[in-house]
Amino acid sequence: MKILTGNDLKTGDVTWWTGEGWSRHVEEAVDVGEHGEEIAARENALRHVVAPYVIDGARTEEGIRPAHIKERIRALGPTVRLDLSLKPADPAAGNWVI
Amino acid sequence: MVETQFRFRADEPVADPAVTVDAFGDQTNAAAVRIEPGDDARDLIPHLDRIKLVEVNFPVFGDGRGYSAARILREAGYVGELRAVGDVLVDQLAYLRRCGFDSFAPERELNHADAEAAMARYPEVYSPTVDGLAPIWAKRHGHGAGN
Amino acid sequence: MYKYDSYDQQMVDARVADFRDQVRRRLDGSISEEQFRPLRLMNGLYLQLHAYMLRVAVPYGTLSSAQMKMLGDIADKYDRGYGHFTTRQNIQYNWIKLEDAPDILADLASVEMHAIQTSGNCIRNTTSDQYAGAIADEVVDPRPYAELIRQWSTFHPEFSFLPRKFKMAVIASDTDRAAMRLHDIGIQIVKNAAGELGAAFYVGGGMGRTPMVAPCINEFVPIDQMITYSEACLRVYNRHGRRDNKYKARIKILVHELGKDEYTRQVEAEFAHLLTQGIEPPLAELERIKVQFADPAFATGLVDTLDRSDPDFALWVDNNTHTHRIPGYVVVTISLKPVGGIPGDASADQIRLMGDLAKDYSFDELRVTHAQNIVLPHVQKAELYALWQKLDAAGLGTANLDKIGDIIACPGLDYCSLANARSIPVAQKISQRFAAREQEIGELKLKISGCINACGHHHAGHIGILGVDRKGVENYQLLLGGSEGADTSLGTITGPGFDENGIVDAVEKATDVYLANKEGEERFLDTYRRIGMAPFKEAIYG
Ligand code: SF4
Repeated sequence: MKILTGNDLKTGDVTWWTGEGWSRHVEEAVDVGEHGEEIAARENALRHVVAPYVIDGARTEEGIRPAHIKERIRALGPTVRLDLSLKPADPAAGNWVI
Repeated sequence: MVETQFRFRADEPVADPAVTVDAFGDQTNAAAVRIEPGDDARDLIPHLDRIKLVEVNFPVFGDGRGYSAARILREAGYVGELRAVGDVLVDQLAYLRRCGFDSFAPERELNHADAEAAMARYPEVYSPTVDGLAPIWAKRHGHGAGN
Repeated sequence: MYKYDSYDQQMVDARVADFRDQVRRRLDGSISEEQFRPLRLMNGLYLQLHAYMLRVAVPYGTLSSAQMKMLGDIADKYDRGYGHFTTRQNIQYNWIKLEDAPDILADLASVEMHAIQTSGNCIRNTTSDQYAGAIADEVVDPRPYAELIRQWSTFHPEFSFLPRKFKMAVIASDTDRAAMRLHDIGIQIVKNAAGELGAAFYVGGGMGRTPMVAPCINEFVPIDQMITYSEACLRVYNRHGRRDNKYKARIKILVHELGKDEYTRQVEAEFAHLLTQGIEPPLAELERIKVQFADPAFATGLVDTLDRSDPDFALWVDNNTHTHRIPGYVVVTISLKPVGGIPGDASADQIRLMGDLAKDYSFDELRVTHAQNIVLPHVQKAELYALWQKLDAAGLGTANLDKIGDIIACPGLDYCSLANARSIPVAQKISQRFAAREQEIGELKLKISGCINACGHHHAGHIGILGVDRKGVENYQLLLGGSEGADTSLGTITGPGFDENGIVDAVEKATDVYLANKEGEERFLDTYRRIGMAPFKEAIYG
């Protein structure tokens, strides 16, 4: 699947396109198919997002998994500071990115 | 032709079309020349007395060669119009002026108020250039004007 | 320490207003991200993996107690309670909101700090020797010269859109503690036979994709022409540096392609011209700056001995203190490399504590080192034990300076959007693996970068590690034999790369070869230089 991601213009938070708006949680991302660039251009012009781009991902049992490790780290947070990640209570959360 | 949006000179603008640095050497009647980033501004130095307008092109704002070209011409004594053209943006204006540019013809028109504010932002300068502003060190040591 | 006068203060205040206006224009849509990006970068604001990152300049690595405490307060108020000290002697915050950035700059300006030119294709923050003013081997304190360069380079009208970033370092001793020859311009302040001060210019060094050791292009530029000479070096670069390929745009490529002699010839010609332009600040300005770096009120007649009865303390003293030029004082380096920790990170509380300790024990001064540690430059021996106890209680008492656990590591793929692989987890594993043996292994500078940009100085590590991307999987190359001191050399890649556990094993094999072959007092680097790569390769891949 194709996923659209970027950062929130004001806060810098990592965000994912949900079909209606932007979420911090990659699980809520939708497949943008062929429309990624178009949505990106529109949302960029509306200043809802900064530097949006389309990436590859897959639906797995554990939810949506971006294809590249860099995007998985973006989706989780720094693996060396899981306390600041989106899964602060899961000490094994870092394994997901590998 | 792009409009000149800011001009800090009292004389009449030159109407002549600017020729390239290469062509300029042969066209002994040309009074306006256009410098591209790869051109050597020093090629013009022997002809400064007959030049009334130098346009320096910034195809992309990040290509800073035109800043050196401008200062080199001013340091060589050029007193004619020095115009920045192309991808000239609000936040470059103050730097450009300090390098000797005295007119600006941005390919995309700039917000006038933003541009004025940006040009007026810094009350002092650390480094002297040909613009004659006294650098901070000169004021600290009572030198008055720069140089 | 240098104190701003009203002129300096006006400049940073104007910068706050400037950036506030730029942020407003970005948020209201007057400028696009493409236009805003270079503006925010020239103010040290990056968009990183998880958020905006703000890099704050620490000119030549020197901080006062009040400045350090403000850095701690900013970490709490605008970030997530910590900061990261970098190999450029700066500090970075990883979780900044764009909307907050102007307020942060205002807070910084209130303690004479800023983020000017901490990124972008301009002259960056100038680095220096972290022991400046405290150590006996310097010709003079190099910082006044670095301050002169700071002022000259700030908002330089001609050199703010260079082909690429531009880094300068100034030192004044033969023992190079600032990796001077790995900078775009490295300046060593020297004295000639007549006793006059001058600046030796080393131009075209750097790490990154094509590491190069800078050649000396002029051994003695009179000190009252140093700025003019710098301007000449920069002008030749701005005009002729390559702009067609980002990876060939640093000055090292220009110097290499032109050849040192031709580059020097062009600089000298430009220099002769610029000498007629009156751009050099008068010596009176240098004197004005120098006065502010005058010695603090050192006490005399102090005891010069230490009570070493506490073995942990004695170990720390042996590792983390240096001889001061004044009897009765020592130079203290606080390691930000606890076993298993994140190199260069410090919590807001730790940052404030170090600020307080600087006030109580070190004449209100601290330094950031390019090895991502903090220095208290002037500590009385008589107070050292008390200081160490306070540091130790705050997790800042690690005794490992220049040992294998004192790892330089860039943020890598945990934070950096350019990274290929994570650096920090590798550093953590290595420091844990070797914690019990690091004294036995002795001096060993290990440096890790998460990509070819080499922010972690891997080329200059006795052992260097470079993270690469092998088909989407993190992979690590091993380099041996780099050094950044007076004997600067670049490391050599051992061979095929490793995964995360494999690289830790490979480092262990390399240290085993060293220990088995070590003669006398040899350091790892000395043994490597004597016996060469072959035995290491054999042990690692054989
Ligand atoms: S070396 Fe690469 S990964 Fe590390 S901080 Fe620099 S750019 Fe980022």
